Amino acid sequence: MRPAHRHVTPLRNDRVDAQTGIGSEIGNGDDVTVVARGLVKRYGDLVAVDGIDFQVRRGTCLGVLGPNGAGKTTTIEILEGLKTPDGGHVEVLGRSWSESRREIQERIGVQLQETEFQDKLTVLELLRMFRSFYREGSDIEEVVRTIGLLEKRRAQVKTLSGGQKQRLAVGCALLSRPEILFLDEPTSGLDPQARRRLWEVIETFKAGGGTVVLTSHHMEEAERLADDLIIIDHGRVIARGSPKAIIASLGAESVVQFSLAGADPRQLSDEELRTLQGVRSARYEGSEISLSVVRTQAAIAGLFKLIERRGLVLDDLHTHRPTLEDVFVSLTGKHLRDD
Amino acid sequence: MTRLNEIRELTRVRVVLFFREPEAIFWVFIFPLVLAAVLGFAFRSAGVEPSKVAVVQGEGIQRLLEAFQRDEDLDVEVYEDRQEAFDKLRKAAVDALIEPGDPPRLAFDPDRAEAATARLRVQRALTLAMDGGVDAPLGLEPVTETGSRYVDFLFPGLLGMNLMGTGMWGIGFAIADVRRRKFLKRLMVTPMRRSSFFLSFILSRLVFLFLEIVILASFGRWVLGVPFEGDLISFSIVCLLGAITFAGLGILVASRVRTIEGVSGLMNLVMMPMWLASGVFFSYERFPDAIHPVLRLLPLTGLIDALRAIMIDGESIWQQGPESALLAGWCVLTFLVALKIFRWE
Ligand SMILES: Nc1ncnc2c1ncn2[C@@H]1O[C@H](COP(=O)(O)OP(=O)(O)O)[C@@H](O)[C@H]1O
Ligand SMILES: [Mg+2]
Repeated sequence: MRPAHRHVTPLRNDRVDAQTGIGSEIGNGDDVTVVARGLVKRYGDLVAVDGIDFQVRRGTCLGVLGPNGAGKTTTIEILEGLKTPDGGHVEVLGRSWSESRREIQERIGVQLQETEFQDKLTVLELLRMFRSFYREGSDIEEVVRTIGLLEKRRAQVKTLSGGQKQRLAVGCALLSRPEILFLDEPTSGLDPQARRRLWEVIETFKAGGGTVVLTSHHMEEAERLADDLIIIDHGRVIARGSPKAIIASLGAESVVQFSLAGADPRQLSDEELRTLQGVRSARYEGSEISLSVVRTQAAIAGLFKLIERRGLVLDDLHTHRPTLEDVFVSLTGKHLRDD
Repeated sequence: MTRLNEIRELTRVRVVLFFREPEAIFWVFIFPLVLAAVLGFAFRSAGVEPSKVAVVQGEGIQRLLEAFQRDEDLDVEVYEDRQEAFDKLRKAAVDALIEPGDPPRLAFDPDRAEAATARLRVQRALTLAMDGGVDAPLGLEPVTETGSRYVDFLFPGLLGMNLMGTGMWGIGFAIADVRRRKFLKRLMVTPMRRSSFFLSFILSRLVFLFLEIVILASFGRWVLGVPFEGDLISFSIVCLLGAITFAGLGILVASRVRTIEGVSGLMNLVMMPMWLASGVFFSYERFPDAIHPVLRLLPLTGLIDALRAIMIDGESIWQQGPESALLAGWCVLTFLVALKIFRWE
C-alpha cells in the first residue's frame, strides 16, 4: 500500500531457525521495520514482559502467540509507543519513540484490544475523523471497500455486528496508509466466518507490501497469517521461527489421541506408552491420552496390541497433523485456550 | 492544514454526538425553559396573596364574618367542625383559625410569615369594625415595573446556572466516556495533537452556547418579559467568558476519573455549593456577611453578578472588571491544572 520506492525485500524463509531466533543481524537499512531487544515491563512485583527479543522484516507478518496473560498486549503496546519499557530497546522504522514520536505515528496503524467506538457515530464519520489526523493517508472510500463495509458506511456503529466492528477498527488503522499494522487479538470473540473475513483484510494489506505485527491466542490464525512467530508464556519467548519450523521442532509426524472405554487412562503407564514403536512421548489429558508420534502406522499398530494384551477396550481414537497447539502443550503442559 | 482539518473533524464529531443524544438536548434546551417558566409563575405575585382564614361555626360568628367581609385581603372559609379546621391549619392550607367568642380566639403558627400577616389583618379588621374608624391616611405606590419582579432577578441566575451545568456536564461526561471506552487510548496512538482534542470540546461547546443563549434569551425576553437593559456585546462577552470558564472546570473535573459514576459524583460536589450559594435563586447577601468575600470568589457568583448587572441595571462589560477578571482567572487556572494532571490512558 506504500508507494513503490519503499521496496519489498523477498522473503528469506531459510533464514528462520527454530532454535536461534528470527534473523540474527540487527536492522540495517530498510529491511527490518521493528527491532525489540531485551524488552522488560514490570507491574509492581509482576514481570509482565521478561526479556523479549525479535525483529520484523518488511513485508512479513510477525505473530505473537500466547495464552491470556502471557504479556502479548504489554509487548505490542510497547512497540506502539503506548508503554515505556522498564528495560530494553525498541526501534520502529529505524527510529526511537522518544525522539521521533510523531513521525512513527504518521507511518503506523494500530488496532487496540479493547477500544469501543462511540455507538452513535457512523462508519464514515469515524473514518473521516481518524483520517484527519494524518498528513498523508488512504482514500476513505478505498478503506471502506477494503474492509467490506461499503453498504454499512452510513450506518451507526451500534448497528454493526462484532465482526464488522472489528473490521472497522482495522479500517481506522489503515487510514494512515501504514507501513506497519499492529493488531492486538483482532479476531478474538468472533465466529469462524467473521474471523475469516478479517483474515482476508489482513492478507490484502500484506499483499500490498505491508508489514504486520499480530497477537493472537488462536493457533489457526497464527499458522495462516504469520511468516514468523514467537510463542510467549509468562512474558518469555518459549519458541520462535516460522510456523512450519516450530511445528517441525516437535519432531512428530502426527498426534494420536485416544481414550479407554470405562477405564482410567492411567491404567496404561507413561513408560509402556513411550516405549511403543514410533511413539516419542505421551501425556494424559483428563480422560484422554495424547501421543506424539514419529511413525503413525507403526505406533497405532503397537497401541492396538498393547490395549488388547491388557484386556482394555479402546473408546475413541483420532489422529491429526501436529499443530502449534501441540507444540504449546508439549512446552508448557497447558493449552493456549481454555475453551 | 492537517491541524485545522483535525480540529474541524473532532469538533464535528462532538457536535454530531450531542445532537444524537435526546436526553442531552432536553437538559440543555428544554429543562431551563421549564424551570424559568415554573419558578417565574410560582413567584409571580409573592406577598400580595390574601390571607386565608378558617372560621369555626359558633355563637357570634355573624359579627366576625361582617367584620372580615369588608377586608379584601381576607379570604374566609367557614368550618362546622373545629378539628377539621385545625387540620387545615396544621397543613398550612389556611394561615389562621378563628373561633367566635368574647373575645374571639385566633390560632396561628407564629413562625410562618403568612400567619403573622394573617394575624395583623384579622386584628385590623376587628379593630376597624369595633370603633367604626378608618385607616390612617397613607399614599400607596404599587411597584410592578419590569426589572424588580422576582422572575427578573431569577432569570440571569438560571442563565448562569445553565451555562455552568451544560458546560460541566457536557464536557465532563464526554471526556469520562471516551476514557472509559479506551477511545482516548486509541487516539493516543495517532499523531493527533492533544491541544486539538481539548480545543474541539471548547469549540463544540461554543456551538451549543450560541443556540442555548438564543433560545433561552428569546424565551426570557418575549415570554417572561424579562428586561435586557445592557448592550448585546457585553452580554455576549460575559456568556462566552462564563462558558469557557466552566468548560475548563469540566475538563478539570474529568481529568482523572475513569467512570461515569465517578465523574457524576465529582461534578455534583463541585456544582452543589455554587447552586446554593452563588445567588441563583436568592441573593447570596442573605448569607452572613463574613462569608460574602468567599462566595464572591466562586465563578458562578461572578458570572451571575455580571449577568444581572448587564441585564437589569444596564451596565456594560467595562463596569464588570472584577467579575470578568475573576472568570478569566478561573479559566486560566483550571486549564493549566487540567492539562497538567490529565490522564490520557
Ligand atoms: N496496567 C496493569 N497493571 C497491572 N498488571 C497488568 C497491567 N496490564 C497487564 N497486567 C498484567 O500483566 C500480565 C500480562 O498482561 P497482558 O500483556 O495484557 O497479557 P495478554 O495480552 O497476553 O493477555 C497479566 O498478568 C496482566 O494481569
Ligand atoms: Mg491481551
